[in-house]
Order: sequence, then C-alpha cells, then structure tokens
Amino acid sequence: MHPALSVILFTTASGAGYGMLFWLGTFSITNTLPSDRFFAPVSLALALAAISGGLISSTFHLGHPERAWRAISQWRSSWLSREGLVALATYVPAGLFGIGLVVFHRSDGFWAACGGLAAVGAFSSVVCTAYIYRSLKPVQRWANAWVVPNYLALAAMTGGLWLTALAATFGIGRPAIGWLAVILVLPAAVLKLGYWRYIDRTTSTSTAETATGLGSIGAVTMLDPPHTSDNYLLKEMGFRVARRHASRLRRISFVTAFVLPVLLIVGGLYVGGTSLIILSLIAAPLSTFGVLIERWLFFAEAKHTVMLYYGAARA
Amino acid sequence: MAAIEPPTPASRPIGDRVVETTCYMCACRCGIKVHLADGRIRYIEGNREHPVNRGVLCAKGSAGIMQHYSPARLSRPLRRIGPRGSGEFREISWGEALDTACTWLGDIRRTDPRRLAFFTGRDQSQALTGWWASQFGTPNYAAHGGFCSVNMAAAGMYTIGGSFWEFGEPDWDHTKYFLLFGVAEDHDSNPLKIGLGKLKARGAKIVSVNPVRTGYSAIADEWLGIRPGTDGLFVMALAQELLRAGKVDAEYLATYTNAPWLVIRNPDGPDDGLFARDEQGKPLVLDRHGGRALPLDPSVSPALAGECRLADGRIAVPAFALMVARCLEPCYSVDNAAAATGISAATIRRIAAELAAAAFDAPVVIEQPWTDVAGRRHERMVGRGVSMHAMRGISAHSNGFHTCRALHLLQMLLGAIETPGGFRIRPPFPQPIPPRTRPSGRTDQIGPDRPLAGTPLGYPASPEDLLVDADGTPRRIDKAFSWEAPFAAHGMFHMVIHNAWKGDPYRVDTLLMFMANAAWNTSMNTAGTMAMLTDRDPGSQEYRIPHIIYSDAYYSEMVAYADLVLPDTTYLERWDCISLLDRPISNADGAADAIRQPVLAPDRDVRPFQDVLIELGARLGLPGLIGEDGSPRYPGLYADYLVNHERRPGVGLLAGWRGADGQRSGTGGPNASQLDAYVENGCFWRAEIPLAGRYFKHINRDYQQWAVAMGFLERTEAMALQLYSEPLQRFRLAAQGHGKVQAPEAHRERVAAYFDPLPLWYPPFEETPDSPGDFPLHAITQRPMAMYHSWGSQNAWLRQIHGENRLYIHHATAAKLGIVDDDWVHVSSRHGAITVQVRLMDGVNPDTVWTWNAIAKRRGAWNIAPDAGETQRAFLINHLIDELLPAKAGGYRYSNSDPVTGQAAWYDLRVKLEKAAVGMSVCTPQFARVKLPPDMPERPSVLRYGAEFRAEAEKTP
Amino acid sequence: MTDLPTNSAAKKLGLVIDLDTCVGCHACAVHCKEWNSGGVAAPLTDIAPYDADPDGVWFNRVHSYEAGRGAAGRTVHFPRSCHHCETPACVTVCPTGASYKRAEDGIVLVNEDLCIGCKLCSWACPYGAREYDYDSGVMKKCTMCIDRIYNDAFAVEDRVPACVATCPVGARHFGDLGDPDSDVSKLVEARGGYAPMPELDYKPVNRYLPPRPRPAQATDTALVPAEPDTPGILGWIDRMLSR
Ligand SMILES: Nc1nc2c(c(=O)[nH]1)N[C@H]1C(S)=C(S)[C@@H](COP(=O)(O)OP(=O)(O)OC[C@H]3O[C@@H](n4cnc5c(=O)[nH]c(N)nc54)[C@H](O)[C@@H]3O)O[C@H]1N2
Ligand SMILES: Nc1nc2c(c(=O)[nH]1)N[C@H]1C(S)=C(S)[C@@H](COP(=O)(O)OP(=O)(O)OC[C@H]3O[C@@H](n4cnc5c(=O)[nH]c(N)nc54)[C@H](O)[C@@H]3O)O[C@H]1N2
Ligand code: SF4
Ligand code: SF4
Ligand code: SF4
Ligand code: SF4
Ligand code: SF4
Ligand SMILES: [Mo]
Repeated sequence: MHPALSVILFTTASGAGYGMLFWLGTFSITNTLPSDRFFAPVSLALALAAISGGLISSTFHLGHPERAWRAISQWRSSWLSREGLVALATYVPAGLFGIGLVVFHRSDGFWAACGGLAAVGAFSSVVCTAYIYRSLKPVQRWANAWVVPNYLALAAMTGGLWLTALAATFGIGRPAIGWLAVILVLPAAVLKLGYWRYIDRTTSTSTAETATGLGSIGAVTMLDPPHTSDNYLLKEMGFRVARRHASRLRRISFVTAFVLPVLLIVGGLYVGGTSLIILSLIAAPLSTFGVLIERWLFFAEAKHTVMLYYGAARA
Repeated sequence: MAAIEPPTPASRPIGDRVVETTCYMCACRCGIKVHLADGRIRYIEGNREHPVNRGVLCAKGSAGIMQHYSPARLSRPLRRIGPRGSGEFREISWGEALDTACTWLGDIRRTDPRRLAFFTGRDQSQALTGWWASQFGTPNYAAHGGFCSVNMAAAGMYTIGGSFWEFGEPDWDHTKYFLLFGVAEDHDSNPLKIGLGKLKARGAKIVSVNPVRTGYSAIADEWLGIRPGTDGLFVMALAQELLRAGKVDAEYLATYTNAPWLVIRNPDGPDDGLFARDEQGKPLVLDRHGGRALPLDPSVSPALAGECRLADGRIAVPAFALMVARCLEPCYSVDNAAAATGISAATIRRIAAELAAAAFDAPVVIEQPWTDVAGRRHERMVGRGVSMHAMRGISAHSNGFHTCRALHLLQMLLGAIETPGGFRIRPPFPQPIPPRTRPSGRTDQIGPDRPLAGTPLGYPASPEDLLVDADGTPRRIDKAFSWEAPFAAHGMFHMVIHNAWKGDPYRVDTLLMFMANAAWNTSMNTAGTMAMLTDRDPGSQEYRIPHIIYSDAYYSEMVAYADLVLPDTTYLERWDCISLLDRPISNADGAADAIRQPVLAPDRDVRPFQDVLIELGARLGLPGLIGEDGSPRYPGLYADYLVNHERRPGVGLLAGWRGADGQRSGTGGPNASQLDAYVENGCFWRAEIPLAGRYFKHINRDYQQWAVAMGFLERTEAMALQLYSEPLQRFRLAAQGHGKVQAPEAHRERVAAYFDPLPLWYPPFEETPDSPGDFPLHAITQRPMAMYHSWGSQNAWLRQIHGENRLYIHHATAAKLGIVDDDWVHVSSRHGAITVQVRLMDGVNPDTVWTWNAIAKRRGAWNIAPDAGETQRAFLINHLIDELLPAKAGGYRYSNSDPVTGQAAWYDLRVKLEKAAVGMSVCTPQFARVKLPPDMPERPSVLRYGAEFRAEAEKTP
Repeated sequence: MTDLPTNSAAKKLGLVIDLDTCVGCHACAVHCKEWNSGGVAAPLTDIAPYDADPDGVWFNRVHSYEAGRGAAGRTVHFPRSCHHCETPACVTVCPTGASYKRAEDGIVLVNEDLCIGCKLCSWACPYGAREYDYDSGVMKKCTMCIDRIYNDAFAVEDRVPACVATCPVGARHFGDLGDPDSDVSKLVEARGGYAPMPELDYKPVNRYLPPRPRPAQATDTALVPAEPDTPGILGWIDRMLSR
C-alpha cells in the first residue's frame, strides 16, 4: 500500500498524543498525577497538540477536506467514522481535565473522573484507528490479530517516553515514570517483532488463481495489463518496497524506536539529574522517529489483493 | 444518520439529436447512431438495424468521440517551408493550395500523365480515387491492397470468383467445424466476432491455426501454434490425407469445379497444360459413359479419372488427376508437414479425420428448392458443415498466393464453398473467374491530356494483359502487372517510394497520397523510406521525388514529408460512400452499401478530400469532371457526384433508391433525392437475395437472375471453381518461351517456378539460402483489437490501452538465450536492428516472436508528448523489414513480395535476439523530433469530457 | 447509507461474463467509458490524456492472462468491474454514507456529494473496482448503468448496461441473479458460473462463466487409406460419382 505521509504522520503523532493522554488520565484517577504545576498542563497541552496535529494532517489526504465533518456519520459500521467520533468526543473530558488543571489547579474528584474518561477516549481512539486497518480483508498484512495490540503498545510507549522526558524536564523526582516507559518499550518491541514475524511467515489465502478463478486450469500469469500505464489502483495499492531495503528499515526502526530509548532512559535513571533530562529528551523523539519508520513500513509492506490482477502471485 | 440516496434517473434522453451514419474508426464500416447534446457528441452507439454490426460497437468505434475532438487534427492547408521531414510549415489558403496542386498536376498531364503517382491507404473511396486516376490518365494508381492482402484477393478471384478478406464469410448459422487461419482481427472486425459468438452459442468446433494464442485463438476449441509460413504444407497434408481416404466430395468436384476439365499433356508444347476446348472455346471433359472427350455440358457426366486422346490426337487428362498427383507428392506427406509446421503428425491426421467426419457424416441440409443455370431444379440445398476463414497470416508471406489457393483447394475437396455450412461469397461476388476487368497502362492506353483507356487495376488472364514494354520493362512505377508481379491486382504501394526515388523504371514528378502513413508504419524499411523521401539529386539539389501532396486529417508522421498538405475532415464531418464498386459491406444473404453524412460542420478550415479531388479534377479539365461547356460537372462536389455520376448507364456509386422515382435497386438512372433516402434509412441500403439464391451462387440461376437485375453480373452462366488455373499456366508457358508475349530471360526461371497451375508450397523467401545470415526466429505482428494502425494513438482513450508494446517470446526460447521477463533485447534482421523490451509467454510458437502492430510513434507527431510511451517504450518492426530481397545473380533485387501477386511479405521476416545491457529504458531507433505545424491546439493536461452533459442533465430532474 | 440492505429476497442485478467466449477486445471497457463520460458519474476524468503515462478513470478494465503451460495452457481474457457484492466492505467502511448499496436491486453506488475522498472504500474492495477521480476528489465506480437500465427514454431492448449492449461476441449478460429462474441464473447454473475470491466472503453478485474444459484429444484418430496410389485413388474417387 502506498505510504501516504499524511496518514503516517497522523497515526504516529496521534498515537503518541493519545498515549500521553491515556497515562495522564490514568495517573489522575489513580491519584498518582505529579502535583507539579507545570508538568500535567504542559504534558496535556502537548498531547492534545499531537492529537490535533495528527487529525488535521489526516485530512490532507482527503479529496474533500471541507466535508471531513461528514465522516462521523457512519459510526454504526465504519471504524473510520468511529475513530472520528471518539476522537472528537475525547476532546470533551480531555478539555475539562485541562480546565481543572489550568484554571482550578485540581485533578481530583470530578476532574479526576474527566481524566479517567479522557484516558478511556484515548484508548478507544487508538483502538478505532487500529481497527480501520485490522478490518480490511483485502490486505492480509493488516487484517490480523497483531495489528491492534501493536497500535496500542506503540501509542502507550511513545506516550510514556514523552511523559518521561517532560517529567525529567520539570525535575519531578519520580523515576517511576521513567521505569514505566522502559517497561512499556518491552511489550511494544515484542509485539512489533511478533507482527513482522507473522507477516514474513504467512501469506494471504487469496492468490492470482483465486482472484481469477482460473486455478483449475493451472498457474495464472498476466499476459497483458488492461492499460499500459499506471492507474489509481496501481499508484495506491501497487506500492512495492525491496526486501533488503525493508529489512534495513526494520532494523533502523527497531533500534531507534525501542533499543536506544531503553538504553538512554535506563542510563539517565542511573546517572540521574540533568543527564536524565537530556537523555529522555533524546529518547522520546528518537523513538517517535522509529515509530514513524515502522508506520511507513506498515503501509509499504502491506499488499492488496488488487495486485493479484496485475501480476502478483500472492497478496 | 442515514445518507440520502440520489434518485434513479428514470427518464433521461441521451441528447437532443441523433444522427445515423457509418463508423470510420476502422475499415469495417459499422452503422452508428451519433447522439448530440447542444452541438457536442454525447454518445456514439451501434445501429441495431445495420447489417454489418447489428448494434454492437468495438473498442475503436466506441472511442470515436476522442478521435473527432483529437488535438492532432489538422486545421488548415499547409505549405512546407523547412526541409522535408522537419515539420516546418506555413498555413496557406485553400485557393493557394488548389492553385499549387493544379500547377504541378497540370504540367504533368500535359506532358506525361504517368509522372503522377496517386496512392491511397486506408481509404474507402477507391470507386472515386481509381476513377479519378484514370480520368487523369495515369496508370500509377493503387490503394493499400498490395501490401495488405492481395494474396487473398487474387488467389480468391482466380480460383473461386470471390475471396476471403471481406468478400465472403463462413456460414455462421450452419457450420459445425470452423478452421481459422492467421487472423487476429481482420477488416470484418465486428461480423467476425458476432459470428464467433454464434459458433460458441451453437457449440461448433473452432480450430485456430496461428503462431500466437491471443484473441480469437484464445477462445478457439483448439489452437495450433504453427510455424509461420508453413500453412501451405499443413493444408496440402490435410488434402493428401483426405484424398488417400477417398474422403472428398466427388459430386461437388465434378459439377462445381473444373476438376473434370481435360488438360492437354504436351510436354514442351505451346499448349501444354492448357485446357482442351472445342471451337467455341468450351472446355472438353471426358464422358464417363462414352469415354470420349465432349464439350462441357450439363448432359454429359464427366469423369475425374482416366486419360483420353483428343480428336486431333493430343493426349489430355482431367485436371483432377493432376491435382491428385500434386497432393500425393511425398513432400506433402503428413510427416513432412509435421516436421516443418511444428504441428504433430497425429494432430494433422486427427484434424483431417475431424474434417471428414464433420463434412461427410452428417451433411447440412436446408429444405429450400433452387434451380441451377442449366435449368435443373434441386429439391434441397445440401452442404458440408465445414468452413474456413483466413487472412494476413496467410497472405503476408511470399508463398501466400499459393497457400491461399491450397486453402480453396481443400474447401473444394470438401465441397465447402457456397454450400450450406461452408464458406459463402458476398454479392456482387462471385464474379467470372478471373473477373473480366484487365489493367490498363499500355503505351496505346496512355497519352498527354487524355484519360487512361480503362482502369488502372484489373486481373490479367494472359501475358498479353501485362503492363510491360516490348523489352519487358514495367510500365507502372510500382512494377505491378510486370513479370515481377503479374497478378498484382491491387498494385504495389510498398514499392512506390523506393521506385520513384530510384527512378526504376522511371522518375515521377508528383506523389499524391491519401490516408496512408507512408513515412512510418505503412512502409517496410521505415528509416530508409524517410531517407528516400528527403534524398536530393546531387546535381540540381532537387528532391529526387520533386513534389509530394498528401491528404491526412491528423498530424501523422507522413505529413511532415509533404510539400503540400490538404487537411481532411474527420469521418463525422463529410459525405462518404461505401460503394459496391469498392469493397462491399454486403453479407452472404444480401447486397449492401452505405454512406457517411456530415454529423457536425467542421470548426476548422478543412475540406473533405473527395470534394477537393473533384474540384481539382474540374480545374484540370478532366473529361469526366467537366461538362461539354467545360464547367464543373459536379458543382455539388462529392455529394453531387455520388448521386449523379454513372459508371455505366444506370450504374453509379450507390445502388440504393435509383431511378428518377427512387424505386429501383442496383441499377437505374440518378435519383435527385437518393441521399435523403439513405439518410432516412440509417445511411445504408440493403437488398436481400431471394431464399432460393443464397447458396451455390456460382451455378444458381435464382441468384444470378437477381444479380443480373442488380447489375452485378452481365449474364447468368456457370462459373466453375478453378482448382486448376489456366491463367497461371499461360504465364508459365510464356516463361518457357511460348506465345506472343514472353518473359524476359532474367525472369523466366522465377515465373516458370511460381506460375504453377496447381497449388504448391515453397519456403518463404527469407528462409531460402539466398537470404544470408543466421536469423533463427520468425518475427510477426498482430492487430490489437483496440487500436487501428497508427491512427489510434492520438485517441485519449485508446492510447491508455495500447500506449507501449513489448516483444513477446516463448519462455523456452527466452531461457535458451538467457532472457528473463522485462529484459531489453537487441533484435536484428538481415536489414536492420532495433532495441526493445520483452515479455515472456507460453502461448506462442517457440520459433516465433511477435508484437502489436503500429503502436510506436515518432516524437512530435500526432500532437502527443514527445516523451510519451508511444515514442519511448514502443517500437515498429518495420525497421527490420527490407522492401527488397537480397540481390540475385546479376545484381537484380526483386521486391520483398509474393512472386505472383506482389503482395508485401511482411511476415517472412527472420530475426535474431541478443540480451541488451541492463539499464535500457528507451526503444531504438529514435528519430529527430518533428515540429508541430502552426495552429495545433494545446494538449489539455486534464480531460473532463462529458462533465457538461451531466451538469446539464442534473439541472433538469 | 452504510447499513447493508437486509432484504435478501430482493433483486440482485448483476453481470455474467463468459470467459470462454471473451476475445479480449476491450469494447466493453471503452463503451463503458464512453457511456459513463456524460452519465451519472461523469466525467471519467483522464489525467495527462496526451502525455506520458495517461491515467484515466475506467469502470471496466480488461486483463489478459495465461493459465497453465504447454498443452493444458490457455489464454484467458478477463474483464474486471464491480461485482455489486452482497456484503461489500466498500460500503460498510465508508465513514460518510457516500458509498451505499441499493435495497431495491443491490446495485452499489457512490453519492459523490457526500464523498470526502478518503479512499478507504477502495482499500476495502478486493477486486479493485473503485476508481478515484483525482480531479474531482471523489470515488467513482461501475454504476451498473442505472441511467440506462431504468431509463424509459430508451427502447426496452436497449435498457441494458453499455458494456453488455456492445459486446460483439455476446460474452456479457445482464439480469437478476436473485431470481433463480432468470436467464442469467440459468446460464450460471448450466455453466458453473463462479465469483472470484470467495475466501474473502464479499459474496459478489456478478458471475464469471469459466472457460470450457477442452476435450482430451484422442491421439490415434486418423482416416483409413482407401487406395495406395494415385491411379487407385483416382479410380476410387471417380467411382464415387456413379454411386
Ligand atoms: N483493431 C484493428 N482492426 C483492424 C486493423 C487494425 O489495425 N486494428 N487493421 C485492418 C487491416 S488494414 C487489415 S489488413 C486487417 C488484417 O487483419 P488480420 O488478418 O487479422 O491481420 P493481422 O493482425 O496482421 O493478423 C495476422 C495474424 O496471423 C498470424 N500469423 C502470422 N504469420 C502467420 C502464419 O504464417 N500462419 C498463420 N496461420 N498465422 C500467421 C498472426 O499471429 C496474427 O494473428 O485488419 C483490419 N482490422
Ligand atoms: N509491421 C507491420 N507493418 C504493417 C502491417 C503489419 O501487419 N505489420 N500492416 C500493413 C497493412 S495491411 C496496412 S493496411 C498498413 C496500414 O497503414 P496505413 O494505411 O498507413 O494506415 P494508418 O496507419 O491507419 O494510416 C492511415 C493514415 O490515414 C490518416 N487518416 C485517418 N483518418 C483519416 C481521414 O478521415 N482522412 C484522411 N485524409 N486521413 C485520415 C491517419 O491519420 C493515418 O495517417 O500498414 C501496413 N504495415
Ligand atoms: S469495427 Fe469498430 S471501428 Fe471498425 S467500423 Fe466497426 S465499430 Fe467502427
Ligand atoms: S466486449 Fe466482450 S469480448 Fe470484448 S472484452 Fe468485453 S467481454 Fe470480452
Ligand atoms: S466489487 Fe468492490 S466495489 Fe464492488 S461491491 Fe464488491 S467490494 Fe464493493
Ligand atoms: S472515498 Fe468516498 S465513498 Fe469511499 S469511503 Fe471515502 S467517503 Fe466513502
Ligand atoms: S455496467 Fe455500466 S458501468 Fe458497469 S461496467 Fe458495464 S458499462 Fe460500465
Ligand atoms: Mo491492411
């Protein structure tokens, strides 16, 4: 599938944003939100900025952005619609939560509840995003059980890493957040590896033979395409990435998204003080960058059954 | 939230006007309905009533809108200012254009009319153009037939009085077994497809003999991937099998063909191989009962075997005996054929058995009494359910004439011509065999300021009919009807430019061309042709071909080589005529002709070429085009000519609604409102053959009386199929030193060899030792169904389907050469080399490579982007094909053609392949980009055709 | 509206395409393009129409395949257009309701006024039947020619999809596949019509009729010679005349 930058930015940024929102909300209802007067508001602001930035960029690949509002109408069947709806809905508790923090400097009781609801919204938003892909049967590399956990874990991780960076910056002496981030990296890394392993070892049940229904005659190969130059289908679904290139990108993404951040944070936690600030401020963006590459691969490596009609043997 | 479903458009007229006319996206001539919405074309659909297409349209026809609005349309007359081929023109007025033409042509006509060579390509106005040429007085006229399929036409006309091509058709409704030879698309595009659909629906067996398995071959019940050029062997082997088993229709052969006619056996005598005839010239046959030679007559029952001594003592045998001896020659054995064709012996034997079974186990019977020309009534029509069709896969070879003759022979053995379930001929055919028109152009038929005595093209029956000087020098610029190509019934377009350039046999002054992309895909040796068109005399620095006048509707490659460009309209902007005097659109059940009417007025300063030709003719004072007082005879131009011109009293270009009252069909005086009647009737006319006359046309009185009334035949007469061809033998005798007109020494061996009165097979010339070099593979082209030669590439829709072409190779062959899919390869022949990209496939003869025809375009031409796929990743194999054969001893080089008919031997081509270095991305050769003439419209970067119609329709719910 | 019609009894208008008869002529594809340029989904925009790599909107595209190799090998032409599936994810994934399946006849359409051009439906279609119009920013697709089949400005026999009306070999059929007694249903029954990629369970309404299997050719069928040589054969054939 063609890796459209707008969509990659959207899922990565909003993922990180929702990750942060999720943790902030969780802290607040579990009453573990640092009392620092800047940390929470700034984190929340950053989270909402990431989310909104992501949502906005996602409209860039629309043919009619001005009609984007229509997208919330079909929540009964469409995950994209649900995502839109949940995303918007989440702004309400998130907003109130923010008001509590900024205006009333409170995050307990009602305000905590808002935080909790925001966390639920954040979680659901990411679930919806993931399900948009998970539910696309023509793309076997998306329509599998690994996708949703991956999205959740990566969101939680990037969110966690950013919070760590902020916590450190605001000098909150709470290594717990740091350790939390470190711990979050592990399931994310494992799930990503699991996903890659899965797509490397399985292929779609659909083949050129099932797509044409000519398998009973023999192996099917394309003699002539319907048109000699590329059309929308090939531009949108015909994206190919060379195996070698992909695996190199996987390594880069793995190291930057998972390995280095863990080392940096752990190092920071041990040395403590400003080094944690510096190192975590490197770790968070680095990891986000890694996820960006991961997201690019998520599209680039995905194959659509349409290509079976254009000479691909398997999808 | 539920979305609103837009209402279904329940009542929405397509446009505000419908105009019926005839399609011209190819030469098939289907009936179309053009729907117009406020002056623009909304939709073109097939006309259900039309006999040719019955309402269907092919891909090309459906893209007519894009052709009509093509940005490659020429818009004004052009005069060349830059060097030829540069594309530098200035726009001129029609006045200046016609004056210029008149000056050039006037001088020619006053001195030597032969110095005008007038050649046309895809044109459908040959009834006008040929007549115009003879009024001008030049024999140097022909259309595209010579490089197209004259082998089919000539073999047919000299054998069965009709032919494949679109002069006949299988009996789609009754045939049980259909053999298709070398057809990808054919002129009869839609009728063939409709017919194949019928066979499929009826479950008749379709066998396709073709090196490539695409299109029709893909849906055939059996595909025989034959090696190119070997069909003759395959067919003769089938004949041998059938004969050995006695599985032939003896009755049919005896009554319907010249099989029983007695042939004189007089080795080295002047009459050897000619038919024994009585004083009246009636052929003699051997009376089965009396054992004596008697004049052919319904009352005698002729023998097919035996030998007899004629009254004058000469020995004669039935032609059939000679034919059988020929077919039984060991070289035509199944095993020999198998070795050469690549079709297994078992398969050949099985096909022969299937043919016999289909033909003889259950005859096709139509309960329809009929009467033959001898007045004998037949209670029913009995036929063989076997039919065949063949086209350029057979004809585009140097052995095509005889291969086609062999096919007709096979049909005759099976009794499958003009019988139910067999191959049926379309009126105005069958004609006497061969037709009685002879070519004109002899010294006594030509002169300054006078018309040609006769028509330029025809069918020589004996050496006297050739157009040669006393010493045998060809009289025509293309050498048609010379010893080099005696039966060149359609002329030899493919030699004109070469011969005119070389001055062999003489120089011409003006080359007038119409609708032929001669500087590109029309020609062999494309690069060489461009060079000849631009070559100058060392002395005078004049172009060796001094003047070139060309009429095209679009900016084709040829336009850049013209000194004077006469821009034509599109097919929707003019009157046109599809005349029975040209290539008819009849089918086997009825005669038909058609017209085109202007659907839209030109929005450019262009004029129909036919109009221009008629005006030119009048200005030049050509006899047929001026009245007694010298004023233009047809002031109304082509529309006027169509109605009022009479070729013979009562016979004009259009057969429908003739006579003052418009009540007569076929013949009758002019009818002032004839065109209205055509328009009224969907722009076509059709007359059904009476049921009793629909088969056995060669001897069917019911048919022939109808045909005489229509003016197709002069009289009712038995027209025996010529399985043994006496005209061929006459030429052979002339080559053996007999007769008044004899072949020059240099040509004797060749003429004697190929003018065999019986069908034979010989290897295509490129395979003979005279063709040097080691070129192991055959290279051929196929017509893409969705593209018409060069003229589809300017079409925004069609060019998306075929915007590039590949060279297709069999997996195994590629593997041997280390070639993998998508590789680039150098392809070379004894003549040239090209570099192209390959695609591997399975359904192709392993000794054969092929590609789609005419996709490549020259940079700058057709107003498509210079970097378009057509210029970068498309190629012509024409660069590899030489228009000449290698020099014979003595240095003479014959044209690369069939030695009998002069048909261009495109598919004889032999090549070799080498893997090219990696990193290639552009096909070679490439040619300098031609400049766009002034006033070419900008190419739109986005095409939103039709948006306006929707908007309009949605305004009115 | 993205809820799928629940009335399974309803009409299921669809195409039946005979791969045994299709010669791959592209007539259906171009005629479809011609009709629909100017029809309800007009225009079928062409980008770079006269330049390198032209890219147009087509609702019907004709592919050519080879299946099998050697004696068993076949060349098959394969027109591809919307199957008007019974459970089409292209409809359910649509966030705006622009993509809908009609209850009355099962035709799947796009309401361009609602479409935001998110392209998700084209991702959800396994068959590549959705065509994005870059120029107008909306999704387009085969309309089953609703502006023909119900159009009473047309003669009754002309109320069929453009691609069906024009197919020169008659390889395309149109009708109600929901009605077991319709001609198309019977044809499908008789010829073993199938839908591609059943494994994805979109339940296409359209059907392809598979290429008929070729009968195994007996290798030993041959004619029995009647006579050994020319004279013999001549005599024999000549004698046939008297019979
Ligand atoms: N769509 C479309 N239709 C056209 C045209 C077009 O350009 N486009 N052109 C028109 C014109 S001008 C003409 S002349 C006709 C020609 O119509 P066709 O006769 O169909 O001509 P080709 O496309 O040259 O097809 C030649 C076929 O013969 C096969 N072949 C080649 N060599 C041999 C051989 O030695 N033996 C056998 N058995 N087969 C062989 C090739 O594989 C090919 O399938 O088509 C007309 N119709
Ligand atoms: N390699 C290879 N070469 C071949 C063949 C092959 O099989 N293989 N086939 C040969 C055969 S059979 C043929 S017939 C030729 C075909 O070759 P051509 O006879 O040259 O046919 P086109 O390429 O269609 O070119 C016809 C010209 O007519 C112009 N034209 C179109 N419509 C009109 C109109 O309305 N008015 C006027 N005045 N001009 C118009 C077009 O722009 C084009 O320039 O190609 C031959 N060349
Ligand atoms: S075959 Fe096609 S292009 Fe040719 S005349 Fe008929 S519809 Fe037109
Ligand atoms: S029109 Fe008919 S034969 Fe031609 S491609 Fe379409 S389905 Fe096949
Ligand atoms: S074919 Fe594709 S577009 Fe058509 S209904 Fe099925 S899923 Fe939707
Ligand atoms: S592109 Fe249009 S029709 Fe398709 S899913 Fe998006 S909004 Fe719906
Ligand atoms: S039904 Fe209409 S829109 Fe659909 S493919 Fe056929 S012609 Fe095109
Ligand atoms: Mo031709």
